[in-house]
Amino acid sequence: MNLNKLTIAAARKGLKEKKFSSLELTKDCLNRIKEVDNQVKAYLTVCEEQALEAAKKADELLKNKEESPLLGIPFSMKDVYSTYGIRTTAGSKVLDNYIPPYNATVYQKLIDAGAVILGKTNCDAWGHGSSTENSDFGPTKNPWNLDYVPGGSAGGSAAALAADMAIFEIGEDTGGSIRQPASFCSVVGLKVTYGRVSRYGAIAYASSFDTMGPMGKNVSDVAEVLSVIAGQDLKDATSSPLQVDNYLGFLNKDIKGLKVGLPKQFYGNGLDSEIKAAIDGAVMVLQKNGAEIIDVSIPNTEYGIATYYIIAPSETSSNLARYDGIRFGNGRETFGQEAKRRIMLGTYALSTGYYDEYYLKAQKVRSLIKNDFEKSFEKCDVILSPVSPVPPFKLGENVNDPLKMYLMDAYTVLINLAGVPSLALPCGFTKSGLPIGMQIIGPQFSEGKILNVGFQYEQVTQWHKEKPKL
Amino acid sequence: MANLLLTSEEEEKYSQQLSNVLDYIDQLNKADTSNIEPTFQVGNLSNVTREDKAEQGLSQDEALQNAPSKENGLFRVKAIFEERG
Repeated sequence: MNLNKLTIAAARKGLKEKKFSSLELTKDCLNRIKEVDNQVKAYLTVCEEQALEAAKKADELLKNKEESPLLGIPFSMKDVYSTYGIRTTAGSKVLDNYIPPYNATVYQKLIDAGAVILGKTNCDAWGHGSSTENSDFGPTKNPWNLDYVPGGSAGGSAAALAADMAIFEIGEDTGGSIRQPASFCSVVGLKVTYGRVSRYGAIAYASSFDTMGPMGKNVSDVAEVLSVIAGQDLKDATSSPLQVDNYLGFLNKDIKGLKVGLPKQFYGNGLDSEIKAAIDGAVMVLQKNGAEIIDVSIPNTEYGIATYYIIAPSETSSNLARYDGIRFGNGRETFGQEAKRRIMLGTYALSTGYYDEYYLKAQKVRSLIKNDFEKSFEKCDVILSPVSPVPPFKLGENVNDPLKMYLMDAYTVLINLAGVPSLALPCGFTKSGLPIGMQIIGPQFSEGKILNVGFQYEQVTQWHKEKPKL
Repeated sequence: MANLLLTSEEEEKYSQQLSNVLDYIDQLNKADTSNIEPTFQVGNLSNVTREDKAEQGLSQDEALQNAPSKENGLFRVKAIFEERG
């Protein structure tokens, strides 16, 4: 029946009207994985047994007319979330055989809501990368063209979703790891405000940037999942006590008079011309629907990558120090190349004599960048930006040049430095048929607003409905 | 310091790659940060505490289940201090 192609909303409707069961829906997803994942390689672990059991349990609850937004809906997660009894690797051989003895809060909330776990998806080890080529288990392929990367680090999640191997996904975004693969695979991904979703039980990359967020086939699915996973958690002291909204309730306002800011620094040299054209097209759509376009400025844009690539490796060198091969996991000789590079870079930046020059300096520049965004949001409601300066690239094309790879994060790391939310969504294709995405950025805790802008854009465009042919 | 074992080829490769990265990062020196306070975290929370009450943690078996080497319900590690002869 190809139920795996459904959105959350369509699957819920079908379950409620008893057109099909969660078991049938789950089996269609599992069959799709069997059918195409030998080519795409999105999954590191498929937990068929748990999935079928959870689906049967959901069907019982559905029979009793239980109401829960995600009851019986199959999903998978980037393999950085601790899942009790299910192997969790973070894409690294260090955790090849690691079976968590507890659950991450996000996972716990999802299974409490009755969602059905299908498996764990591939990512660059520890979240270090923009292509999944840094996964110790081999890269994932882009379903739109198997010679190309799906983006990263949550490339497995984006590819699984694009190829209909799940109904929704949970990614994790430290410097673009949800938004860039979403844009490379033509799905929707939300990087939340830092602190909106609990980080408890997610394997840490860089703790002051890590954010947990949903990926979906459209904006309303993402809004629905966010309502379930957001909220304060006493196990994560940085999670915000601010009230969680019903994000679906925001998706009903027209965008007449909405002020959309375009930072001039984002549209200069280095931006691919086809991406520029796609963004211009999106700007016209927003304008036609009543939005007002204004120029804003993020003067410290040029320092984003340098700042991020000091702070994030510093934090990761500290976080990865716990892997001693004694309590769990394999020894430190098991770290892959990129993890070693980032551990060395971070250790260096934090060491006596270099701390002020690198780490402290970067934290000060971070203040400047955060300030740039705050000033811009005094003039506009949201900022529109490309996600990546380049379209998806070929597997192997950039693996030997880490700096070149880092430079591709130009538009995404700025958002993590400022701690603001950003919604990535499809806005076109290159002439060669590869996806292009844009991001809608808002002030802290404005998830409802940016989701609504994305939703209104989606109502008058068709990009999100395009599917790869596998 | 980071407790990584590198081969000599790795040392050569990484030193070249990391030098390139550090050269790039040096542009931060152009940014004027006089009188700017650092931002170590972007949340506006500080000193978050919870009630000082014991909660159920992992059992000893669960805490040990992933350890490669254990003995009598404890983690087994390599000798840290050597006995003097």
